[in-house]
Amino acid sequence: MWNYEKRLQYPINITTPNAKLAQFILSQYGGPDGEISAAMRYISQRYTMPNRASTAVLTDIATEELSHLEMVSTMVHQLTRNLTMEEIENSGLGSYYIDHTVGVWPQAAGGIPFNACEFQSKGDPVTDLFEDLAAEQKARSTYDNILRVVRNIPEIADPIRFLRAREVVHFQRFGEALRSIQEQLDSKNFYAFNPSFDNPCTAGCAPEAR
Amino acid sequence: MSPKCCLLQQINEVSFAVNDMILYLDTHPEDEKALRYFAEASDRRNKLMAEYAEKYGPLTIDDAAVSSEKLWNWSQQPFPWEKEGA
Repeated sequence: MWNYEKRLQYPINITTPNAKLAQFILSQYGGPDGEISAAMRYISQRYTMPNRASTAVLTDIATEELSHLEMVSTMVHQLTRNLTMEEIENSGLGSYYIDHTVGVWPQAAGGIPFNACEFQSKGDPVTDLFEDLAAEQKARSTYDNILRVVRNIPEIADPIRFLRAREVVHFQRFGEALRSIQEQLDSKNFYAFNPSFDNPCTAGCAPEAR
Repeated sequence: MSPKCCLLQQINEVSFAVNDMILYLDTHPEDEKALRYFAEASDRRNKLMAEYAEKYGPLTIDDAAVSSEKLWNWSQQPFPWEKEGA
């Protein structure tokens, strides 16, 4: 289960609304490489991890991603506070406004709604952890793209830089989790079998089963 | 910075240290230096969270009883995206 803490992981206090930037940053809430996608991916993949370390990494990173989606939605909310109708109509946020006013709803910058097909849960820990490594890099690239647009606005750029840095740390931890599994498999061929399905005990529990 | 914001910032900083050490220790469970650092940071975080609850209201449900003798303070605390919560 989870408990809520009534604070953001990194403080956000955006004083100047900006409808266009809100639509860009919304992509890291509900876009293909956004924080909902990250959190749901890791939460879903935990059950077929063959050792405790990897299950712990997925659980604890997923938990941090939940705090990141709160940060991203806070930015969207603060960027859309007190907008005039003129700003909404001229910014490109107009079509979003028609369906959602300025409520926070998970979609990509281009308007595509959040969809579970943006992530996989394959039931094979080697496959899943490689996807997680790629996911962290894709999110990092998206934050880089956002930073090129907002770099001169410190109240937006600072929390985005924090989020970007966390992608790099998570990539490192997923790499270590993957290595812990590979070290427990037949080192000549990591792909000989799915350690969570074909031979569940080979990775993780009994050394004599190797 | 107000004393309230200053205390919250200290909580944010020490909580970040705790969070980052959790992830590190998941894959380095026998690093004794990291274990000591985690224990210190976690202890400091618990104390600061209790101090905040005592002075300004609870940030977690575990501290909600501290300052809620006459009013359910948990729901009254500002949410962190409000201007007052920043």
